[in-house]
Amino acid sequence: MMSDNMDKKFRKHANKFGKKTVMAVDVISGYDAANGAKQRDISSESYLQTVIRRFRRHHLAAVSLLVLGVIVLAALLAPVIAPYDPNEIAGPFGGAPSKEFWLGTDQIGRDMLSRLLYATRISLLVGVMATVISTVIGVVLGLVAGYFGGVADMVIMRFTDMVMSFPYILLVLVAAAIFKPGLWNIILILGFVDWPGIARLVRGNVLNLRETNFIKGNIVAGMPLRHILFSEILPNTVAPILVYATSVLALSILDEAALSFLGQGVQPPEASLGNMLNGAQSLTVLTTQPWLWIPPGLLIVVIVMAINFVGDALRDALDPNSGR
Amino acid sequence: MLDENKVPLIRVEDMKKYYPVKGGIITHTTGHIKAVDGVSFSIMRGETLGLVGESGCGKSTIGRQLVGLETPTEGRIYYNGCDLAQLRRNKKEMERIRTKLQMVFQDPYSSLNPRKHIYEILAQPMLYHHISEKDTVEQDIIKILDMVGLSRTVLGRYPHEFSGGQRQRIGIAKALSLNPEFIVCDEPVSALDVSIQAQILNLLKDLQKELGLTLLFVGHGLGAVNYVSDKIAVMYLGKIVEYGEAREIFSHPQHPYTRALLEAVPVPDPKERARGRKLLQGEIGNSANPPEGCRFHPRCPYAVERCKRKTPALREVAYKEHDVPYKEHKLYAAEEEQDIPYGKNAPQTAQIRAEECLAAGNAHLAACPVVLSCTEGAEHG
Repeated sequence: MMSDNMDKKFRKHANKFGKKTVMAVDVISGYDAANGAKQRDISSESYLQTVIRRFRRHHLAAVSLLVLGVIVLAALLAPVIAPYDPNEIAGPFGGAPSKEFWLGTDQIGRDMLSRLLYATRISLLVGVMATVISTVIGVVLGLVAGYFGGVADMVIMRFTDMVMSFPYILLVLVAAAIFKPGLWNIILILGFVDWPGIARLVRGNVLNLRETNFIKGNIVAGMPLRHILFSEILPNTVAPILVYATSVLALSILDEAALSFLGQGVQPPEASLGNMLNGAQSLTVLTTQPWLWIPPGLLIVVIVMAINFVGDALRDALDPNSGR
Repeated sequence: MLDENKVPLIRVEDMKKYYPVKGGIITHTTGHIKAVDGVSFSIMRGETLGLVGESGCGKSTIGRQLVGLETPTEGRIYYNGCDLAQLRRNKKEMERIRTKLQMVFQDPYSSLNPRKHIYEILAQPMLYHHISEKDTVEQDIIKILDMVGLSRTVLGRYPHEFSGGQRQRIGIAKALSLNPEFIVCDEPVSALDVSIQAQILNLLKDLQKELGLTLLFVGHGLGAVNYVSDKIAVMYLGKIVEYGEAREIFSHPQHPYTRALLEAVPVPDPKERARGRKLLQGEIGNSANPPEGCRFHPRCPYAVERCKRKTPALREVAYKEHDVPYKEHKLYAAEEEQDIPYGKNAPQTAQIRAEECLAAGNAHLAACPVVLSCTEGAEHG
């Protein structure tokens, strides 16, 4: 099986190499292959294919992606697969895992498995939405600061430094106290504090790219600003943004858990991984009812770790300069 | 057509480009790098001007000003007789001429977007400027690729799949795709290996002839510049020190710096080597604080006291009609240099050179030994 695979891989490479040499000869002699159009389709693998091939070499990341896929699927399908209504009192108070309630029931008798599924759903939603918001803010500010430089750069970057240096858990607590704590507020709050890293990253990349010849070439070619920013520069920064976004995703899931644990995040009865841990604040629960805190805690760890592994592998896979 | 020929396509008048140097605790301008310091020249339609000089003399900077990547601190650039700075202010006019001035970059590895395949790289500007439309663009691109010696099979591939020479061909195709009249070639071959250099130079030369392009060829390799250029301007520390017909510059270098450049070209003959070449001593001066007077004087073997004080200007050196058609000689200038005896029938064309070597600058100064002996041909013996 393994050797079969290797053989296939080797043949693929040999094939590619062979084709390339032929093409080089074509090019030098100016010979236009009659079946040029046909060759074009198969002559090289697309960028996406390359990325997938490189990604798959990171076994840990591949497994992580699989695990994440299962978790996401379970979260999405929560209404279908959850055995009970997560907010319904369905069984005994604080019942241990049993045939009916696989993960037991909480102190007021709600099914833990159902709550866990819905909690994952909420936590992932918070993480993804907060990441999207912070990425959009960070990318726009970073592009503007990096490309235009000067005063715009100064103002934006000082503002970024300010947000970065602010103890944001405090900020979030204050914000959560002023606005009613709740799902969308927590998303917005996390989205508005997580962007500085991305803004800096994008700015740095843009500063580099702005000086490259292909950007200058496009300026000389008279291409409009929107083309240069969004069609030339942005695609070249997508890879680092994506990598960074994975860590933002992991971080905001953790932040949500922390906030909810403190009671300032997602409000009960709605379940999130953080506020499910809330119950574990008492020592008796901690020692005598492990089914109340181990599953949500474990799930947070697994999700965050898997996301980080995927991010690491993405960093390698998206690197355009590694030819392999 | 004749009338068109009379107005130079590109005319540069006293161009200066100073880059501010920032420093101090509170950032402020502490000085200026005088990258280009008062340069004038013109390029006729269909002509190639070669710009030579060592690294840091400001030759690439001139190229960037011409295509509008930067604007000169002072001075004017005329395109077809119209002031470029004024044209740039008018958006419509700008759109019209933008594509007429193109550039081929030095480093072919960074001049193509690594995330786009060749079709996108070439098609997008053409579509944007309506040079070609959606249904014809592929045909047009294939035509241009054919011109630069690439087959259509390159279209679906990414830049990293090509060699340096191929990428430079694509870079040239990209410049050509916008139907330019004028192309700045910023050391287009210096990042390539020697065998490929010749191919690219030939390609540029052929294209220029075929399409009637006007080129500014920036380079430090004298051989390459001479091969493609009709006229050559030699730069030193932000100023042009000698300017004239390419083969005249090669056969009758007037300025000591030009001569030093020519001397520095390696001779593939061990006997020649034994003769001992006079190589320049020292480094190129600091362009933030160029030497007073003639900028070349700290390195000039013939410098006299006066050179430290007086800043020389360009001056016409000698003029005589050719008896040999210029074109026939163009390609063989390098060989001629050794074969043709100087002094007697040497064709002397209009050649302008810097007055820098003051002795030759004024008729009554007969002190500079070089220029005198050179004019008489003794130096080349």
